[in-house]
Amino acid sequence: MTIDFETPKPIAQMQTMLQSVAENMMRTTSREFDENEHGIPWDYIEFMHTAMKAAGGGGGLTPTDEKPKEGAEKRASIGYQKLAAQIEMLSWGDVGYYLITPGGGLGAAAVQAAGSPEQKAKFLARFNDDKPTFAAMCMTEAGAGSDTSAIRTRAVLDEATKEWVINGEKIFVTGGDKSFTEYEKLGKGFIVVWASIDPTAGRSGMRAFVVESGTQGVSIVKLEHKLGIRASDTAVISLVDARVPYENVLGSPTVEKTTTGFKGAMATFDATRPLVAASGLGVARAALEFLKEKLKENGVQIRYGLPRNKLTSIERDVIDMEIMLKSAWLMVLKAVWMADNKKPNALESSMSKVRAGDVTTKVTQKAVEILGPIGYSREFLLEKWFRDAKITDIYEGTGQINRLVVARQILGYTGAELR
Amino acid sequence: MYSFEPNEEQQMLVDAVGKYATNDLRPAAHDAEEGHELPKKLISKGWELGFLQASTPEAYGGFGERSAVTGALAVEEMAFGDLAGALAVLTPSLFATPILLGGSEEQKQQYLPAIVGGDWAPYTAALMEMSFDFDPNALKTTAKADGGSYVLNGEKIFVPFAKAAEAMIVYANLNGVTQGFIVDKNAAGLSISDEREKIMGLNALPMYRLKLENVTASRLGGASGHDFGLILSAMRIASASAALGVAKSSFEYAKNYAKERDAFGVKIAQKQAIAFMLAEMATEIEAMRLLTWEAAWKLDNNKEDSCVSAYLAQTGSADMAMMVTDRGVQIYGGHGYIRENPVELLMRNGRGFAMLLGLAIV
Ligand SMILES: Cc1cc2nc3c(=O)[nH]c(=O)nc-3n(C[C@H](O)[C@H](O)[C@H](O)COP(=O)(O)OP(=O)(O)OC[C@H]3O[C@@H](n4cnc5c(N)ncnc54)[C@H](O)[C@@H]3O)c2cc1C
Ligand SMILES: Cc1cc2nc3c(=O)[nH]c(=O)nc-3n(C[C@H](O)[C@H](O)[C@H](O)COP(=O)(O)OP(=O)(O)OC[C@H]3O[C@@H](n4cnc5c(N)ncnc54)[C@H](O)[C@@H]3O)c2cc1C
Repeated sequence: MTIDFETPKPIAQMQTMLQSVAENMMRTTSREFDENEHGIPWDYIEFMHTAMKAAGGGGGLTPTDEKPKEGAEKRASIGYQKLAAQIEMLSWGDVGYYLITPGGGLGAAAVQAAGSPEQKAKFLARFNDDKPTFAAMCMTEAGAGSDTSAIRTRAVLDEATKEWVINGEKIFVTGGDKSFTEYEKLGKGFIVVWASIDPTAGRSGMRAFVVESGTQGVSIVKLEHKLGIRASDTAVISLVDARVPYENVLGSPTVEKTTTGFKGAMATFDATRPLVAASGLGVARAALEFLKEKLKENGVQIRYGLPRNKLTSIERDVIDMEIMLKSAWLMVLKAVWMADNKKPNALESSMSKVRAGDVTTKVTQKAVEILGPIGYSREFLLEKWFRDAKITDIYEGTGQINRLVVARQILGYTGAELR
Repeated sequence: MYSFEPNEEQQMLVDAVGKYATNDLRPAAHDAEEGHELPKKLISKGWELGFLQASTPEAYGGFGERSAVTGALAVEEMAFGDLAGALAVLTPSLFATPILLGGSEEQKQQYLPAIVGGDWAPYTAALMEMSFDFDPNALKTTAKADGGSYVLNGEKIFVPFAKAAEAMIVYANLNGVTQGFIVDKNAAGLSISDEREKIMGLNALPMYRLKLENVTASRLGGASGHDFGLILSAMRIASASAALGVAKSSFEYAKNYAKERDAFGVKIAQKQAIAFMLAEMATEIEAMRLLTWEAAWKLDNNKEDSCVSAYLAQTGSADMAMMVTDRGVQIYGGHGYIRENPVELLMRNGRGFAMLLGLAIV
């Protein structure tokens, strides 16, 4: 190993391919599905499903075990690196669309992280079927957001039927509608619902349950209207005496004194935080490129290499934005490279998310400011990217929660020592 | 292939430099600053780590190849110990590395084996000039061709060890392009200030002003000259790396202090106001480190945009160093303001990265 920043060929090729998807399928209808909030871009969903199947990457946007072919030496997988680059490019096209790319999403990630081999086989195979299929993850509740240990949803084992009976309400479920509602054009999806099997046990009592679409007692109560990422449905899901087979619990069905149940959720986040970061940075790159293009059209050059105090304020802003964006992307790459190389990356994952949350919001906000009415007009997509960008600093751990994770890691503190 | 892991040789160098920085430079930093002097033995010990030697090919008396990535790693580690000490140890590189990068075969043979094979000796370089918008690509010091040689006129500031220097590279404007010129210590028309430069930080590093009045010099690379862009990028990456080292030092001190200091019944690190500052400091350092590594890697691999990358890394790291070292003082509270504690010197040194250039090269 030696320090190397050369983009692996399979990643570079994939980027070229997805850029054309972004330009020809996403950007062309971005505005339409931003203004028609609960419309569904079926063309995109069906195209992506077919394309991913043809490429052999069934299961949608999940990391593969891909190893680059060049070079004789044994190499580590680049699956997560490729995935991060895919997500960045799709989000450069439209982050709302990226979020409705068919596949297992966060739901499958939870099964991956906390499921047994049998469960993985059972629940994950469907994403390779003929119809596009979705899965979602339901953690957040009205009274439990960042503080996931406060969730009230209960799962009780009915000894007679050997079924789990789940009661509660989940909010902000990304893809909840496409995963649960039985659409003609979609395969049978599922949602992963986090619930407590023992409220006295705190975090160690928390378990994730696979709830198949169409399950009795489960309903989509509402689809949210949002600031941005409007192509992505965000559902409120209620569970009233919903019955789920015994074997659909991920992890141990009994409460030990460990916190393994919760660790499952946290392991999911270590893996997905850099991916959320990558997604945000795709939006930021779109905004920065648009800004530079418009400046160029208007005869404004960025004179790299000049001392700071010879630059105009616009030049300084653009240069700062580039520094932010490029360095944030390298942090994502490092975090996913560590994941591919099986190095523990909780610190790097959260750092990349902290940085991407900041950078994505700052870059998009600054771009709108600099371009004045061009930035603010709905004639262009920049104002949409500004709205889309903000979610990066909120979901998968807010900027503050990720700062807590980073601080605990560097200080060697537990959650009790630094809350 | 992406990889973020130094190779074995680099790791060995980093470990050796890190040990020296932590055990030798760091404890000496305060007294050196206050006493305006670095112990000679301290400099020799750093020189003996062999960083320049390992970056010079065998043909010129060394035992390795120059790599900006390796240089970036080493400079960060060394500056973590003490910026003045690190710059002193690395001063001969200011002369040797540009010769390696842009010198003619004859110039390389004339200077490199002697510098690399000998004890630490004050070979140096003069780049900076006294103007608020100093621009390395638009120097006020001029060079004019005069037969086979060149004539230099102008003034230079912040030249490390100039008084004792055997020879130096002086950068000057040759028909609108910056070029380096080799100036001998006895050159007629060269005058070096008796007084040392007085600046906000770096008081342990002896720096001087130069006046050049019709000084005859030879051009780096001979009549055809050299690519100053390469040298400038290598300086920018060194500056960024040194900024990382200084920032990391302040961060480490602040982190440890915050875990020790009690207020309101808890350690101050247990307050989010402090913990979040530390998290942001660590994040910002890591971000600029990766940007710097990438720029260095581009330089080593002759990538087209390596100059822009080096510029971005330097610019970003300068801001980062100010942000981090300011917070280092803030976390120490009133004690951070007192010169007995290390963070105030780091803050003074931290600001320097916004204007100092050409004091190190990788
Ligand atoms: C569009 C969208 C999609 C989403 N998708 C999903 C999904 O698919 N599945 C899912 O389970 N959830 C999802 N979420 C929920 C998301 O993860 C939560 O919104 C997020 O975790 C924050 O929780 P909250 O909204 O309850 O805010 P709160 O937790 O109430 O936070 C409010 C504010 O307080 C801060 N704060 C909270 N705790 C602390 C602390 N200890 N220290 C300092 N500051 C603190 C937060 O940073 C924030 O600024 C989604 C949300 C949105 C908006
Ligand atoms: C030049 C100078 C002159 C001074 N003159 C006087 C004087 O004339 N008379 C006098 O009595 N004092 C004087 N002081 C002392 C000054 O008021 C204190 O230094 C200051 O109140 C901070 O206290 P501290 O240094 O003990 O820092 P600490 O209280 O130890 O604070 C260290 C860090 O922790 C932070 N912190 C502390 N508590 C919390 C909290 N609850 N939440 C979040 N962050 C926290 C602080 O903001 C700081 O960043 C002087 C100090 C200096 C440097």
